[in-house]
Amino acid sequence: MKFQSFLIKYAEIGIKGKNRYLFEDALVKQIRRAVRQVEGTFEVSKAMGRIYVNATSEYDYDELIEALQCVFGIVHICPVVQIPDEGFDDLAEKIVAYMDEMYPDKHLTFKVECRRSRKNYPLNSQEMNRELGGRILDAFADMRVDVHHPQVMLKVEVREQFINVYSLEIPGPGGMPIGTNGKAMLLLSGGIDSPVAGYMIAKRGVFLDATYFHAPPYTSERAKQKVVDLAKLVARYSGPIRLHIVNFTDIQLYIYDKCPHDELTIIMRRYMMRIAEAIAKETGALGLVTGESIGQVASQTMQSLAATNEVCTMPVFRPVIGFDKQEIVELAEKIGTFETSIQPFEDCCTIFVAKHPVTKPNVNVIRASEKKLEEKIDEMVKTAIETAEVVLCEA
Amino acid sequence: MEVYLDNSATTRVLPCVKDLMVETMEVDYGNPSSLHTKGVEAERYVKQAKERIARTLKVQEKEIYFTSGGTESNNLALIGCAMANKRAGMHLITSCVEHASVLNPMHYLEEQGFSVTYLPVDETGRVKLSALEEAIREDTILVSVMYVNNEIGAVEPIDEIAAVIKKKKPDILFHVDAIQAYGKMTIRPKRQGIDLLSVSGHKIHGPKGVGFLYVGEKVKIHPILFGGGQQKGMRSGTENVPGIAGLGLAAQEMYRDHEEKIRALYELKEAFVEGIRGLEGTTVNGLTGRESAPHVVSVSFEGVRSEVLLHALEDKGIYVSSGSACSSNHPSVSSTLKSIGVKKELLDSTIRFSIGMETTMEEITYTIDTLRTLLPMLRRYRRT
Repeated sequence: MKFQSFLIKYAEIGIKGKNRYLFEDALVKQIRRAVRQVEGTFEVSKAMGRIYVNATSEYDYDELIEALQCVFGIVHICPVVQIPDEGFDDLAEKIVAYMDEMYPDKHLTFKVECRRSRKNYPLNSQEMNRELGGRILDAFADMRVDVHHPQVMLKVEVREQFINVYSLEIPGPGGMPIGTNGKAMLLLSGGIDSPVAGYMIAKRGVFLDATYFHAPPYTSERAKQKVVDLAKLVARYSGPIRLHIVNFTDIQLYIYDKCPHDELTIIMRRYMMRIAEAIAKETGALGLVTGESIGQVASQTMQSLAATNEVCTMPVFRPVIGFDKQEIVELAEKIGTFETSIQPFEDCCTIFVAKHPVTKPNVNVIRASEKKLEEKIDEMVKTAIETAEVVLCEA
Repeated sequence: MEVYLDNSATTRVLPCVKDLMVETMEVDYGNPSSLHTKGVEAERYVKQAKERIARTLKVQEKEIYFTSGGTESNNLALIGCAMANKRAGMHLITSCVEHASVLNPMHYLEEQGFSVTYLPVDETGRVKLSALEEAIREDTILVSVMYVNNEIGAVEPIDEIAAVIKKKKPDILFHVDAIQAYGKMTIRPKRQGIDLLSVSGHKIHGPKGVGFLYVGEKVKIHPILFGGGQQKGMRSGTENVPGIAGLGLAAQEMYRDHEEKIRALYELKEAFVEGIRGLEGTTVNGLTGRESAPHVVSVSFEGVRSEVLLHALEDKGIYVSSGSACSSNHPSVSSTLKSIGVKKELLDSTIRFSIGMETTMEEITYTIDTLRTLLPMLRRYRRT
């Protein structure tokens, strides 16, 4: 069956009170952005608590659904047939035709569920359910009604302009439309976890910027390209991401020279957080996002997290904090970043990693070690921030 | 300064080769199988390329088959011969230091019921002839050994291998993967007892995506690609005319004033090896004199990871490969280096430098000087 219209259902936004229009407008905007990538032309409109996507040309159905499934805020995508009101008999005839075309195998159970937002329709909802169900049963001897667990739930909505008929509800990603919850700075490493963390924060309507720490010649051009690729994959959901690429080599070598090697990773991460926070402030982001998960590696024990967290004043969001690796991997596979994440390029966290890094760093000891960096570190951090390269990553 | 020392990975296309290729795309763009003039003109390029290549090997034109490159040539030689001769026996012999495009077809043939013997090499990377002699059986049908090793530049004892085959069981087919050797060595299949020889275009300043397989006229071989029956049915598919024309010209150019070119390469290589030996904590792997290939030098750098050194050199405009470029995509440690007994801690510290026809002495000096400044710096920072 060929559909021209899609009814977009959203859940949380519907209960937003007086700000509701802001959320709806943001959702419309994000849907427009998503369908721009799809073959065909579309009209996105908002009418009476409903958002519709209408195809105004030939289009690629699968591509459209896939694009809409990346738009946060959408709970269901319903391919819908819009029937002008030309009397009940005409409606019943068209609904029978719909059922015939949609379900070639007639051995199924169904239920009709009618709603009227236009109350002056001659039949009320109950009467419509009964009458339409009857006509379908008359037409197809193999169909049965099951009001409790129907295989097909046929929905009929009588609206001002036309009558919506649909029976498919394709799940969307849920969440809130991008742009309704400010901006955050994602620390993107090239691993499996950070793109997932970015996805999860973006899902709550947060616009993302990202920071990547590059350490040439210890990390390669391909490692950097991989992070750009990951940002582009996340951008399919989050919209364009400005990726700040910070050259971290000098700082890393300086720490290596001055501080105990088993504290290297933790001190390095503290400087990453400081730099990311500074860039975040410049770009108007309101929080940092990392892919840390408790106990996953030495730098992600509770003590280590506390030690890295200490240098920031901004909130640090760690959406995968309680996830097992396997759970993160499953999400990465679902959002399509896994394959890219597992390309074997070294990132700057592992190049000098000690055989036995501290797992329970003492904040006072770490601070004392950082004292040894006083001479040059501020200048180096400043240079790193000033020379950061910005790459716009779009899906 | 830009110094390209990765000529075993690929080479820059010669300007005259490029021009000829453009001509085949812009003017004589016909399909060689077409009956009209456009087709005839295109066919002429293919024929000319065959002539040029045949002349460099002193073989007949009809013994040259064009392929999509070294990998396909090796696949066609191994799978094609194994399938065509399996009634005579199902045993194959190769060495343990071959390129993946030989080893993986061998693994595939093992799955199809063939048995394969992998010959060991000595510490210079050369096949042990005694092992070959022992390996040859009543049902052996094919021996495949590379001419020049891609990772350390060892030259395999091709003539001696052919002699062993001739002595023990003369009807065994001898395939030589000459992808790193063609253009650098004088190769005479007929005189050297080589039945099949694989060559790739982009290693000799020709284009990528084209190569050839020499198949001696008496060799029994089956095609592995089926279609329109081009190239006497041995390799179906419309001929890659631009690639083939380019390959033919590049081959001719490589063998023009050949001895002089090779002498120049050896001089560069010797200067480079000498420079390397003057640096602390370095080992040159395999042989380095004129008994090794003129263009490949494998060096292990104590206490420096190859990937880091590679990127540090890149930063100075010097392009090299770690271990072997072909295996860089999946960083499993090089089997050739392991086979010749490179110490475990040096496996991940090995760089392959490969000199080309365009390399200058100045570039060699610059590279050595750059290494001299980089190494102490890189050694200071390492995993503890």
